[in-house]
Amino acid sequence: MTTQIFRDSAADRTFRAKWWTGRVVIYGLLIFWAIVALFPIYWTMTTSFKMAPDVMKGSLVPWWDFTPKWLGWKSLGLSPSTIFEQSTVRGEFLRRFYNSAVISVSSSILAVILGSMAAYGLSRFSYKFLWMKNADISFFFLSQLILPPVVLALPFLVLYRELALLDTQIGLILLYTLSVLPIVIWIMRDQFAGIPTELEEAAMVDGQTIWGAYLTIILPIALPGMVAALILSLVLTWNEYFFAALLTSTYANTLPVMVASQTGSQGISWWSMAALSFAAILPLIIIGIGLERFIIKGMAAGAVK
Amino acid sequence: MSEGDLLHVVASDNIGPTRRILGLALIWGSPAVLALVALVQMLQVWGGFDFGFTNWRPTLYAFVFYAACLCWGQVLVKGEQGKRILFVLPAALFVVSLTVFPLLFGLIIAFSDWNLSSPDGRQFNGMANLVQMWHDPFYWNALINMVWYVLAILPEYIVAFLLALMLNADIRGQKFFRVAFLMPLMLSPVAVSWMIGKSMMETRFGPLANLMKHLGWEDPSFFSSPWIAKSTMMLMDAWTFIPFMMIMILAGLQAIPKELQEAARVDGATGWRAFWEVTFPLMLPVSITAVLIRLIFKLKLADIVISVTSGGPGGATDTVTSFIFREYRDRSNVGYGTMLAMVYLVIIIVGMTLLMKAADRYMKSSY
Repeated sequence: MTTQIFRDSAADRTFRAKWWTGRVVIYGLLIFWAIVALFPIYWTMTTSFKMAPDVMKGSLVPWWDFTPKWLGWKSLGLSPSTIFEQSTVRGEFLRRFYNSAVISVSSSILAVILGSMAAYGLSRFSYKFLWMKNADISFFFLSQLILPPVVLALPFLVLYRELALLDTQIGLILLYTLSVLPIVIWIMRDQFAGIPTELEEAAMVDGQTIWGAYLTIILPIALPGMVAALILSLVLTWNEYFFAALLTSTYANTLPVMVASQTGSQGISWWSMAALSFAAILPLIIIGIGLERFIIKGMAAGAVK
Repeated sequence: MSEGDLLHVVASDNIGPTRRILGLALIWGSPAVLALVALVQMLQVWGGFDFGFTNWRPTLYAFVFYAACLCWGQVLVKGEQGKRILFVLPAALFVVSLTVFPLLFGLIIAFSDWNLSSPDGRQFNGMANLVQMWHDPFYWNALINMVWYVLAILPEYIVAFLLALMLNADIRGQKFFRVAFLMPLMLSPVAVSWMIGKSMMETRFGPLANLMKHLGWEDPSFFSSPWIAKSTMMLMDAWTFIPFMMIMILAGLQAIPKELQEAARVDGATGWRAFWEVTFPLMLPVSITAVLIRLIFKLKLADIVISVTSGGPGGATDTVTSFIFREYRDRSNVGYGTMLAMVYLVIIIVGMTLLMKAADRYMKSSY
């Protein structure tokens, strides 16, 4: 039997104890906050599979204190038994879903195109328009972020009525593009500033025009930033409620408007509301899990100069 | 103009007279088309002629045509310079036409009595809206609520900083925690207001209400008394937006070189002092950015208020945005609502400018 020759000194052993308590506290807090962040999602998901008595009892764990039923999803027309049948609710839901998808995707793409062009120009050339230099033009774009939507809402309501753009997809697309454009410019300016100008110079020596160099050399390099800006815009536009509630009524309603209108009505049952909410947030949960890297990159872009 | 360019381009622009004239014709001809179309439409509205227009779409199309011609004309007239302008011009035109124009239009609306549901149409009424606003206790109440909501950013910031510090510590499963912490930010506020505000806080069987009962609160009603309702809204909003600040601060923490903290430790700084005298001052610029952006989002707070309490009880949870939203929804009073929004905008601009100036000066003085 070997005897232990080297021992931790007393000071080291207290250090280890301290280290362990530190670990426990950190992990305890982390797990606590993870529960705080995830429990509402879990609750909504399980509630969509509950029946009335289960909801009343406040049951939490499926198969243990309640048996999952497709009740909520059946009323949406999305359960296995109803998926192949006719369902007006499902039609309504899918139409709203489709509207949300079209509006958020096209406005995000439009914002990324316009925004990255502007950000590139501002990071490479110096402009002068009246009294405004580059810094002023950048500030002009970014200051749009401060503008509260409520200031634009009523003038737009009146303008759109005159232009017959009320309750149309294109009307919302224009507004949403406007609302995410500053964020896109912010992220992309950061992105382009990190790309050395020698790349374009080399391309132009080889006979590329400035637009050719931008499209074939710079954009592919800046792609991660563009994806980050796109994802962030998608999240913001998908969730937008205020403009959608004011400017659409029957035809171009988006998903948040549908969720909100269901919340108010008394007739709607608990489980189908849970199913609807969960269906509305599901795409974002998937995006969040799959593309978390890009979201963090996008939000971090402005933070660290 | 080319001085100061980061990217130097030597271009031999060879712009012939025909190309120049064509470009100038585009730049000056298209606004003429726009003016003509607008004039014809105005004649129909105010002049009593009937050209068969049902809406202002033709003017809109003429405006789009004008914008396109302006962009193209720049390239034709200015050559290489024009191609550079083309990078910024579309975005600038887009923003100007969608904000500056509606804002000017909004100013006209703000000084008029205009109820969309009444048949009289718009009537200019001067300062009457301002006077009405001055005597409107609910608007002042909403403004004061906004002050409280804004003050709630401070605890949010502290929690976010703590979370970021923990995520930045040497822990396992960092990716899981990052994704989990990020989740609330991804969810639509309207869905969140049902999930938390309406179902989890349901007094009879919501899990949060049950938890509160266990903790000794006899009758957990989260929206009955003004201050409880207000704090509940603050908590819900914090739940959504803490991840946002957390990620910005985390990015800042990760950008701090490790050597600095090691140097501090060598110099004998223990945990708390190392944080307070090294990490925190280094994080100030990021913190200020994060708080300012959070402030901007906070000032737009409306969705959860509209869908959970619609301002109640007695306007205790009202934000300016939700108040104006209801003002329009209930009374379709466009003129008064716009005036309220404009006043709010002025307050925001003044406040933000002062804040940014102060932050700027503070940063300059401390470094």
